[in-house]
Amino acid sequence: MNLRPDPTFHATAALAMKAPVEKLAFTLMLSPDGSQPDGLAVVDVDPSSKTYGEIVHSLFMPNKGDEFHHFGWNACSSALSPLTGHAFYERRYLIIPGIRSSRIYVIDVKEPLDAKIHKIIEPEELMEKTGYSRPHTIHCGPEGIYVSTLGGGGEDGTDGPPGIFIMDCETFDILGRYEMDRGPQDKHYDFWWNLPKDYMVSSEWGLPPQFENGIVPEDLLSNKYGHSIHFWDLRGRTNIQTIDLGENHQMALEIRPAHEPTKEYGFCGVVVDTTNLEGAIFTWWRNEDGTFDAKKTITIPPVPADPDDLPELLKGFAAVPPLVTDIDLSLDDKYLYVACWGTGEMHQYDVSDPMNPVLNGKVEIGGIVAKKKHPNGSDFGYGPQMVEISRDGKRVYWTNSLYSTWDDQFYPGERGAAMVMADVGENGDFALNKDFFVKFPKGYRSHQIRLEGGDCSTDSFCFPSF
Amino acid sequence: MEATQTVAALWGAVIISGLYHGLNPAMGWPLAVSAALMERKHSAMPKALSALAVGHFLSMSLILLPFSLMASLVTWESQIRIAAGVLVVLFGIYLLINRRHPRILARIPPSKLALWSFLAALAHGAGLMLVPLYLGLCAPEDTTMNHKAATTLMAGNAGAAIWVAGVHTLAMTAAGGVLAVLMYVWLGLRFLSKTFFNLDTVWALSLILVGAFGVYSAAAS
Repeated sequence: MNLRPDPTFHATAALAMKAPVEKLAFTLMLSPDGSQPDGLAVVDVDPSSKTYGEIVHSLFMPNKGDEFHHFGWNACSSALSPLTGHAFYERRYLIIPGIRSSRIYVIDVKEPLDAKIHKIIEPEELMEKTGYSRPHTIHCGPEGIYVSTLGGGGEDGTDGPPGIFIMDCETFDILGRYEMDRGPQDKHYDFWWNLPKDYMVSSEWGLPPQFENGIVPEDLLSNKYGHSIHFWDLRGRTNIQTIDLGENHQMALEIRPAHEPTKEYGFCGVVVDTTNLEGAIFTWWRNEDGTFDAKKTITIPPVPADPDDLPELLKGFAAVPPLVTDIDLSLDDKYLYVACWGTGEMHQYDVSDPMNPVLNGKVEIGGIVAKKKHPNGSDFGYGPQMVEISRDGKRVYWTNSLYSTWDDQFYPGERGAAMVMADVGENGDFALNKDFFVKFPKGYRSHQIRLEGGDCSTDSFCFPSF
Repeated sequence: MEATQTVAALWGAVIISGLYHGLNPAMGWPLAVSAALMERKHSAMPKALSALAVGHFLSMSLILLPFSLMASLVTWESQIRIAAGVLVVLFGIYLLINRRHPRILARIPPSKLALWSFLAALAHGAGLMLVPLYLGLCAPEDTTMNHKAATTLMAGNAGAAIWVAGVHTLAMTAAGGVLAVLMYVWLGLRFLSKTFFNLDTVWALSLILVGAFGVYSAAAS
């Protein structure tokens, strides 16, 4: 507990945009075959530094086979909520779940170059206290740290539905399940919320047997992955509405609400439409009467390809699906970045009008068939995947691995981990920076990125900017 | 003369405690700012401040009224005041040791400001801080009081409790309101986080101080 709020907490998104720019990034490293321990890489992102674009510190875990995926901070701007009145937490700990092991690490990064393990929560404890497994998305909110999970109980995680649990934001004790009434929700992936308006939105990937050993083509073609988004009374902990996006819209993943709390809309990315292999973005919004609606506002077509150039999984389709695996919204709610992991493109949409997004820019790199090189001449394995935007919106970082077993199906063979960055100009010009290309230790893949002091998928703001 | 001075000092303390509670962000003034900003209309601020005041007033009254009944047991007057003082000190010590904030507050929806204010004040022992002051005000000024009927005393004490809660709440609302208006009209949200100080320790110490004063004044009278 500090005497003053952490200087990286901001009352509004506009204030966060004006805050000092990030000098360090934290990136997760995973060993795809579990032969080495997973780790946290601290990356120098300060262009004036001699070690710019290099890993300046790595912390490896004492276990193997965790499979790091997403992670998040113990505290963020949500601590300034006027309903809390105690904004004195520090943004100091990174909560890193192992999506395969169900183990959770709390890493103290007060001194980033001396990052150390603060606490480890073993999978047995998580299971005993919540009945959930495969922890995933982290957000700090009114009752503490909220963590979504992808699995329920039992060996394969199908004994009971997955859900969200709450951790204490100081002791990191697991407090228990979030849901009082989950309604029809039986799968899980991402979630986020609007704190002053008191609602939460969650999404669905699939159950552990549908992803742990790779994508199950029969399940995909019979539309058995998640295709609904759920709306919750946040503090009442009840599901108030479920919207089925249509069963052909397989895997509704990232939920990105507008950062401005007076705007009651957001986006959700859909990996693949099984009727035509398109990728899609839905815009969801809240009506005056408190009900929600969703509408498909972006479609991205597949690219025809010679079956000889395609992995086993895609040969029959003679096309590369875009595979929308991650999306991220800039703090001014102006640009939505959409990772097309299959075709190897990062799209930048102007979503000033959320119902009519306009493609404003595009970066091509990697891809199943395109295999486009980085401007510095290096190969970029896989495709653009986990994307994170700087608070000021001028730099967009991304890595290239989706999930160990899925990487191997869509991109057979080791293709090398990478983290790159694109600059965004005043008028939205969007192009890769040829001086920034982070190399990772051999045998590792790279996943989510978090920026020092917060980024565009971390902080929830409790006050409007204007 | 001395008695009048004491009474004036005690009422002064009631007002000061109100100002103090009002300035503490944990008692809700940032909610008034956020209400006006979220609803995009100025009138939302006085509405929010009123809701916060109602909750705070009820919370003060809930704590003070039981003491008003006890205060009519004139024979046990000083014992009751000492016990009440000790209770307040103990609650202060408890808050010093237990720095956790009750999670139930996080379950209250932002639309229920009066309920939030009521429970926030209760959880922080805001009402307890007034108890020694209130009992000081109820203390019989001279022995002739002893002959008054218990029912009259009780009614008078209950009335005094409402007055103490009311004056305190007015002072609280004025202080919080001024800060909220300053933030909303002139300073802007950049200053919001700058005005937040962690008052946990000071708050707990205030309870201990007020409680100790209650014990001391009861023992001295």
